[in-house]
Amino acid sequence: MSWDLVVLLIGPAAVAVACWFVPLRAARALTVAAGAVSFALSVLLVPAGAPTTALSGWLRVDSLSVVFLVAVTFLYALTAIFAVGYVHPDGDTAARARYSRRFFAGLNVFCWSMAVACLVNGLALLWVAVEVTTVVSALLVAIDDTDGATEAAWKYVLIASMGLGIGLLATIVMYYAGAQVFGDAYELFYPKLLASAAHFPPAVVRLSFVLAVLGFGTKMGLVPVHTWLPDAHSEAPTPVSALLSGSLLAVSFYAILRFFQIAVRAVGPTFPRDVLLAFGLASLGLAALYLASQRDLKRLFAYSSVEHMGILAIGMSFSAPIAVVGVLLHVLAHAAAKGTAFFGAGSVVRKLGTKDITRIRGGIGALPWSGPMLVLAVLGLCAMPPGGMFRSELLIVSGGLADPADAVVAVLVVLVTVASLGLSFFGTQTMLGPTPDTVVKGETSWMVVTAMLLGLGGLTLLGVHPPGALSHLLERAAAELGAPR
Amino acid sequence: MIGVGVPVAALVHSQVPSAFSGVAEGLTLVVLLSEFAMLRAPLSRSQIRLYSFQSLAVTALAAYVAAARGIPDLYALAVLSLGLKVIVVPLVIVRLLRDARVELVASNRLSVATMTLLAIGLAVFAVFVLGSLPVHSHSLPAAAFNLSAAVILVAFLLVIVRSDVISQAVGFFSLENGVSVTSLVVAAGLPLVVEVAFLFDLLVAVVVFGVLMRVHHGRTDTLSTDVLDRLKG
Repeated sequence: MSWDLVVLLIGPAAVAVACWFVPLRAARALTVAAGAVSFALSVLLVPAGAPTTALSGWLRVDSLSVVFLVAVTFLYALTAIFAVGYVHPDGDTAARARYSRRFFAGLNVFCWSMAVACLVNGLALLWVAVEVTTVVSALLVAIDDTDGATEAAWKYVLIASMGLGIGLLATIVMYYAGAQVFGDAYELFYPKLLASAAHFPPAVVRLSFVLAVLGFGTKMGLVPVHTWLPDAHSEAPTPVSALLSGSLLAVSFYAILRFFQIAVRAVGPTFPRDVLLAFGLASLGLAALYLASQRDLKRLFAYSSVEHMGILAIGMSFSAPIAVVGVLLHVLAHAAAKGTAFFGAGSVVRKLGTKDITRIRGGIGALPWSGPMLVLAVLGLCAMPPGGMFRSELLIVSGGLADPADAVVAVLVVLVTVASLGLSFFGTQTMLGPTPDTVVKGETSWMVVTAMLLGLGGLTLLGVHPPGALSHLLERAAAELGAPR
Repeated sequence: MIGVGVPVAALVHSQVPSAFSGVAEGLTLVVLLSEFAMLRAPLSRSQIRLYSFQSLAVTALAAYVAAARGIPDLYALAVLSLGLKVIVVPLVIVRLLRDARVELVASNRLSVATMTLLAIGLAVFAVFVLGSLPVHSHSLPAAAFNLSAAVILVAFLLVIVRSDVISQAVGFFSLENGVSVTSLVVAAGLPLVVEVAFLFDLLVAVVVFGVLMRVHHGRTDTLSTDVLDRLKG
């Protein structure tokens, strides 16, 4: 079953190239098809119990990679559908058509690089893929060519690249740790590293892990290295914001987990957990405060991403395996909920012409479908049932309660509540009230509505009844992450 | 006297600095000193020249390690890094500057003395903190590891205290030079395909930095980043 990895590797890249040459309508259709096929192929990988490899071991997906691959490709498919309805659906002028062409090519390359990050086998190639996601997405952030977009793109590419420089250093230091066992020349394949990690020099692995959390954490949006995140998320075109938040942060988290996996085997679980706990608490705490005082709708969702990355990091610091299952489910639920929320926010902002929360009123009246769905997505982000985040946060908290040593779970609950208050208050007040008379009521495109419906459907499915195969996948992935017994 | 080609074990345990470690540490020091020079270089053009010079030192180090330790892959890496980092990247940035046609003035947030003192502080911190780690390299003396960490920290300082897009981009590229030295020290055997992937990545990053610099200059008519203060909170 290795052909599907190769298709995932080639398909989106080929479509990205095709976007330059085929008619624009075909480019749009191809993008949607690439997203849907990628998602379908990822879902096919879910039931596989054993790791799948291809290209003589350079591609390899185990349960952990499949979780992230599903999150990435799900949002790829949704964003492709959304973008078709959102990005100049009537590409009448030449300038608009050129913009759309660039946009769809970039969108495919961006999603391709994120999928590749989950497919490749080895820390070095993982770093390369993550760096490619940075440069591609920086161009997509700048594509609107406004003052805000230019500023955000520069800050993003500079801060994220400097962070990834540290990530590269982490990779090289880990290589050195491995060289103490394997000798000077070897490939950084995961199974090999994991099998011998117990013999790596602990001080070197500790250094590598901290550097990895700092470096890849810059892209994941962990406080205090999150500073590019609200700017890029708020200034990027909405489909890109959704991908940045729902998929890109998850891919960076995946990179950290790969280092985590090695670190728990080399130095025991305590040290890596404590590092993640410190960064997670800082992220959650700061994001909760910013959420309570935010005036820009897209920045509000950006800080909500910082909050959820904090929850993921804290969840990884709990010793109970059920918390890790919760963390992985949270990744999937966050992709669905945050994608939908950004889609809705983009529609509302375009309809009402402002991002200022104090001035947006009557979203539901203006957008009879997207408005209510945005409210549901916001409630989903606040972990209200029946959304998937209710289930995932419940698992994380119950995992924290399972061990008295994890008393910090009380702080988690308090901070998440504060964050939810801010998010639900500001996120939903824009939807209520009378709609301004100047606004033309009605949806812009049924594609936008479809994307949001699918996102909410996925979120609800994760909350109400996750498919059995998916639950097994999460359990296997959590077992891969834990220390061997 | 211990020279080139002596078995690794003899080098690791020797107390007398060998010719090999002398040359290797000297080259690493050149990399660090050019980072200091970049920090205070008043003109973007001189900064780019310094970056090119620094890359040349890294290339020389790679070639020297390849010869002394018999790692043929590193020759290929040295050639690639010569072509890319010494020639292509500086040319791309210089070309961009020529198009930009703005006065090239200093963009220091701090005085040169303060910057240099801060940089010395960071370098000392790096050398002593990392010196306490149990990193014993086969390919290069461990002091080179500490010095490369100093290069990385000073590169961060460069990006923080200089407020123009050229300095900041050069800061990132020189950070990559620092990481390259680290990889020569502790991971000389890194597979060539991976090294090539790293360099290719750098090339892509340079192009994207270039595009964004152009966009920035096109919108604001300046290379300064002081105008980038709209997005807050």
